[in-house]
Amino acid sequence: MTESINELITALPDLRESLSAKRELLLANAVMFSEIPAPTFEETERARFMMDRLIEAGCQNVSTDELGNAVGIHPGKTGKRNILVAAHLDTPFAKTADHAVQVNPNSITGPSIMDNALGCAAVASLPTLLSQLGIELEDNLVLLGSVRSMGKGDIEGMRFFLENNQLPMRAALLCEGGTLGRLSYSSLGVARGTIDCVTVRGANAGRLASGGAIPVLNRVLTKMLEIPLPTDPVTQVILGSVIAGTTFNTPSRDAHLRFEIRSEGAGVVNEVLEQIEAVVAEANSIPGAKVALNIVGRRKNTAISFQHPLIKSARRILKELDIEDHTAPSTGELSTLIGRGIPSLVLGLTNGDHRHDYNETIEIDPIFTGLAQLITMLQAIDGGLCDAND
Amino acid sequence: MPTIEDWITRNTFHHSQFFDQLELLKQKEKTGLTISLCIPTLNEEATIGKEIVIFRSELMERYPLVDEIAVIDSGSTDKTLEVAASFGADTYFAGDILPEQGHKRGKGENLWKAIHQLKGDIICYVDADIKNIHPRFCYGLIAPLLYRPEMSYVKAFYDRPLAFSQGVRPSGGGRVTEILVRPLFSLFYPELSALMQPLSGEYAVRRHVLERLPFPIGYGVETSHIMDVYKEWGMEAFGQTDLDKRVHRNQETLSLGKMSFGILQSFLGRMQGMGMEGALPEMHNILRQFQAQDQTYEQICYDIVEEERPPMIEIPEYREKMGY
Repeated sequence: MTESINELITALPDLRESLSAKRELLLANAVMFSEIPAPTFEETERARFMMDRLIEAGCQNVSTDELGNAVGIHPGKTGKRNILVAAHLDTPFAKTADHAVQVNPNSITGPSIMDNALGCAAVASLPTLLSQLGIELEDNLVLLGSVRSMGKGDIEGMRFFLENNQLPMRAALLCEGGTLGRLSYSSLGVARGTIDCVTVRGANAGRLASGGAIPVLNRVLTKMLEIPLPTDPVTQVILGSVIAGTTFNTPSRDAHLRFEIRSEGAGVVNEVLEQIEAVVAEANSIPGAKVALNIVGRRKNTAISFQHPLIKSARRILKELDIEDHTAPSTGELSTLIGRGIPSLVLGLTNGDHRHDYNETIEIDPIFTGLAQLITMLQAIDGGLCDAND
Repeated sequence: MPTIEDWITRNTFHHSQFFDQLELLKQKEKTGLTISLCIPTLNEEATIGKEIVIFRSELMERYPLVDEIAVIDSGSTDKTLEVAASFGADTYFAGDILPEQGHKRGKGENLWKAIHQLKGDIICYVDADIKNIHPRFCYGLIAPLLYRPEMSYVKAFYDRPLAFSQGVRPSGGGRVTEILVRPLFSLFYPELSALMQPLSGEYAVRRHVLERLPFPIGYGVETSHIMDVYKEWGMEAFGQTDLDKRVHRNQETLSLGKMSFGILQSFLGRMQGMGMEGALPEMHNILRQFQAQDQTYEQICYDIVEEERPPMIEIPEYREKMGY
């Protein structure tokens, strides 16, 4: 049993060094995950690869559930308690995109290498790394590659896992490729949706709609941008993408906006959403236009306290690793974990750039600091150093 | 006499048959064989890092199927060797191996010198320009040699998509094979047409065969190997493994012309060695291609001579090293 956080912190430099010596194992997994296309709802092949790795590493109960989540258990010495270590498998890149990765001496570049092939590689490599390092935990590690996390997936994979999983979780760590030093222990309130404009041609179309769906959507966008947003709590409306039209000389019949409202304040997302609903209702009165609002995802604001021992331990470890911690609220799976009372944290594993671009890039050297952080956090949780007093 | 179909049934594999690398490792230990992986390079900094990382992790760290990974370089001007070394490959400039034998530029030179430099009883050659590299590119080729002692030379074949700007096209590639080599084999050595992709750059060979093969240093190395192995050891020495897709750089048609010219030189030379030459006149070494600008047609001449290295077993330094 670990006696104190100091004991773990003393071992950090050696741990980092040992991990660096095993870098091919992790890098190869990261490259292979990255080169398996896995757009949201089509993660089967990545889940299969995750399971193969867990089976090879001697994990127990390796399986996939009805939604396609890949899960396996790295058994602890006593196995009385369980720690969840998860990474989402899905990416925003289409199956047809070129998924080839380039490995340079100090960096790796390729679609999804940061979000979230590296996170998946960390989860898949963890049993082998722990075994090679001679680190035995008392608790079971429940290792999860979750599906349907991004976009319209609406964290359905994690929600399904938590609804159906029978094992109580002591804590959860979510692995993300970037960014090292990230500590996410609160989740933003989020509503994610589409606004779909369709116009009819002919006598029924008014002046605006006769120009096609783009001018109609433009009016909606203009009104949305006029919605006042509070600066405290910080609230944003993100206009993520617009899809409309097919050519130069034909008015578009339909136009689609994908947007996300996110706020640090409880209830603020709903207030903004009501105003967007009003904008859409008004646009629906434009002759010849049909405008529909479709909400595809929602998250509640959730958080664990800044003073929670899990957070304090994480900050202490980062400080010892000489990494500046930065708090970044999550819009992902954290909310459903904390919402179920599981103390949880999102950890970034390295530094990188061009997230969600085809030239997504991660730095190699900081990965071993990120892994040292992850393993030390697991040891701290396992040793009871992150349990809340209540 | 067995038919081509019989041979294909017995000697053709799919990499998925050898997915269980733990079983492969046990088989390797049973045979006591050592295995070297050789990657010949010339300016491959974009792809070499990934190959080394994946091969080292999967074939040395996870399952030690391969005893050494070596990059043998023809004189890259980019960071190929630096990148390869940074991920733990043994790196060599071909000119530094057997310096008494001089240095010739060409892929065949690297492959030939690898026989002297590397230690394995089996040498597996894998090109460095594979974008979708995977451990199957190595274990799929060495596995048949671990299970079939009569087999000595295992070649890869693929459904080869060509990389192009908008992604990956599902067919194409192997143009020189289909337009030149397969028709030649079909005409003169029909049995050899059973090899799906005789020109593929990935193959695994037993040392006792490799060291007895002369090595053209240019385009003709694969073709001449096949003809020499066929002559000395027959079809049963060959195996071939389907490695699925191989994504690689496409070559311009004019480059394929040069390749074909070199292959033809080797092929016709081998025909003579096998007593099948007809009344062929003396052949020229000049390949003539044309480029047009407006109404002007310019002839471009390439002097392509398929120089050849002798079997390694004839080299005194090698005989001394191996204790022959």
